[in-house]
Amino acid sequence: MFAYAVRRILQFIPTILAVAFIIFLLLNVLPGNAALMAAGEQDHNIDVHYIEQMKKDWGLDKPVWLRFLIYVKDLSTGNLGLSFLRREPVAQLILDRLWPTLKLALVAMVVAVSLGIPLGFYSALRQGRWLDTFSMMGAVSGVSMPQFWLGLLLMYFISVKLRLLPPQGYGDGSIKNIILPGFTLGVAYMALLARTTRAAVVEILTNDYIRTARAKGLSEFLVNRRHVWRNALILVLTTAGLQFGALMAQTVIVEKLFSWPGLGSLVVDSIFQRDIPVTQGCILAIITVFLLVNLIVDLLYGFIDPRIRASYK
Amino acid sequence: MNTTTKKLLRQTNLIMGGIITLLVIIIAVFASFLAPYHPIDDADLMVSEEPPSATFWFGTDNQGRDVLSRVIYGSRISLAVGLICQAFNTLIGVVLGLSAGFFGKWWDDFVMGLTNVMLSIPSLIFALAVMALLGPGLLNVFVALGFTNWSYTCRITRSQALSARTLDYVQAARALGYGRTRIMFTQVLPNIVGPILVIATLGVAWAILLEASLSFLGLGVQPPTPSWGGMLSAAREQLFTAPWISIFPGIAIFVTVLGLNLLGDGLRDILDPHTTYQAR
Repeated sequence: MFAYAVRRILQFIPTILAVAFIIFLLLNVLPGNAALMAAGEQDHNIDVHYIEQMKKDWGLDKPVWLRFLIYVKDLSTGNLGLSFLRREPVAQLILDRLWPTLKLALVAMVVAVSLGIPLGFYSALRQGRWLDTFSMMGAVSGVSMPQFWLGLLLMYFISVKLRLLPPQGYGDGSIKNIILPGFTLGVAYMALLARTTRAAVVEILTNDYIRTARAKGLSEFLVNRRHVWRNALILVLTTAGLQFGALMAQTVIVEKLFSWPGLGSLVVDSIFQRDIPVTQGCILAIITVFLLVNLIVDLLYGFIDPRIRASYK
Repeated sequence: MNTTTKKLLRQTNLIMGGIITLLVIIIAVFASFLAPYHPIDDADLMVSEEPPSATFWFGTDNQGRDVLSRVIYGSRISLAVGLICQAFNTLIGVVLGLSAGFFGKWWDDFVMGLTNVMLSIPSLIFALAVMALLGPGLLNVFVALGFTNWSYTCRITRSQALSARTLDYVQAARALGYGRTRIMFTQVLPNIVGPILVIATLGVAWAILLEASLSFLGLGVQPPTPSWGGMLSAAREQLFTAPWISIFPGIAIFVTVLGLNLLGDGLRDILDPHTTYQAR
């Protein structure tokens, strides 16, 4: 288990470096523009000397590869640079916004896991019956529905018509404010988990060991718990981990829609303000959270699946 | 459940998905005949924010434009983005995957490394980064989405190309003196069209959803061009006074994406029943 964990954690570092490099490259291929943006207004009559000065001040006069090395060096000390616009440390801006986003993702996750997995599981046990047909139609609809539209509809019916919940904003951070955005964010993920769980369980049920378990007189409950559930869990966890990235990405849209003060709205605002250090930092933060979740999922495998533990002995 | 009904149930996905997709394509192609008004020019502030009626089936927006006509024309943007972007993604995925599987060595390592990094960047976030670099606009949406979603195609093509190397018919082709490129395209590729087609269908749905998301954020198609995501973005302001503007473009996105997803599911059941990958 220990060897497996160490190995998996060591794999994490090059991945995050590669991601940082690609994002850095993407946002810094136009070297001149960054200085213009840092200079403030995108005014073409701006003084050339002023731009040169800005380039020096922001370290933009150096070649891209050197700037990347400096960036990585700063990253290792938790320094993400300064915001062009607000002249504040990006790391601080991100830290202020991280908790609301994580809270939102967590609520969505809880909605998705607590509804999606049981739904998929019971659908698979009742293949072809009305519950199965109904929930799978629901699942494919959930995957196809644009989240911002679902959010708009919920906002209209629940907040405007029924006046049950506040339509948007963070409020004082109470549970009332998070229900609508959390649910909106969770629906697609829930649908996806239901589909994956169903597919996994349907396949597992065809295995010989299920027939053996039944033949030796185990009750259906025990067959499901000991044999079906434990095997399905691995497949479900994989999807849950891999699709968590999509969930993190979708926070951008849901936050914008519900005026939620998280990383997502920060990154969209920074794109419009052309504040590259902030955009870069936010994107890196979102991907890091996603990769960390995947790392945790992989470590969980070790606990759940003895086969994986054994292969790293 | 017996196998016959099971098969029938699967066919329903394919048939329903196919019909919906076909309908959307017809609407997009014949938009100028089907739309009762011009989507941009027929703005009349005298009839702004009118609820659905006999003259304006889906109501009008805040500038007095017919929502139905704008939804009809919006299908053109969505389909164009979906099809063109996915075509690029498929092309990139197939070329990278085939070459990696066939040439191996450092090129394979490089392609697989790149694929893994791409898989660890959520596609919407990658698209946001590209839009941040290029700025908002339809043309940039094509760039942002056309180079983002090739990793699944690449992975499956590579693994098929790898296993094909040892297959008899590939060995036979080699014995006949076929070159590697020729073998790749004439022997290996035709045998993996099924899975690639399934991924591509789901990919079109994905691209349409993502274009709508980008336009909703204000980064995609710019007004006054009618796009479903852009219409919803504008409609947000009038949610309290004119909710119908929010409802119809959303239904359009939903139905189109649902159709493509059903079609993809149906195709998968027929062409490629063993894999369980998800596009999204």
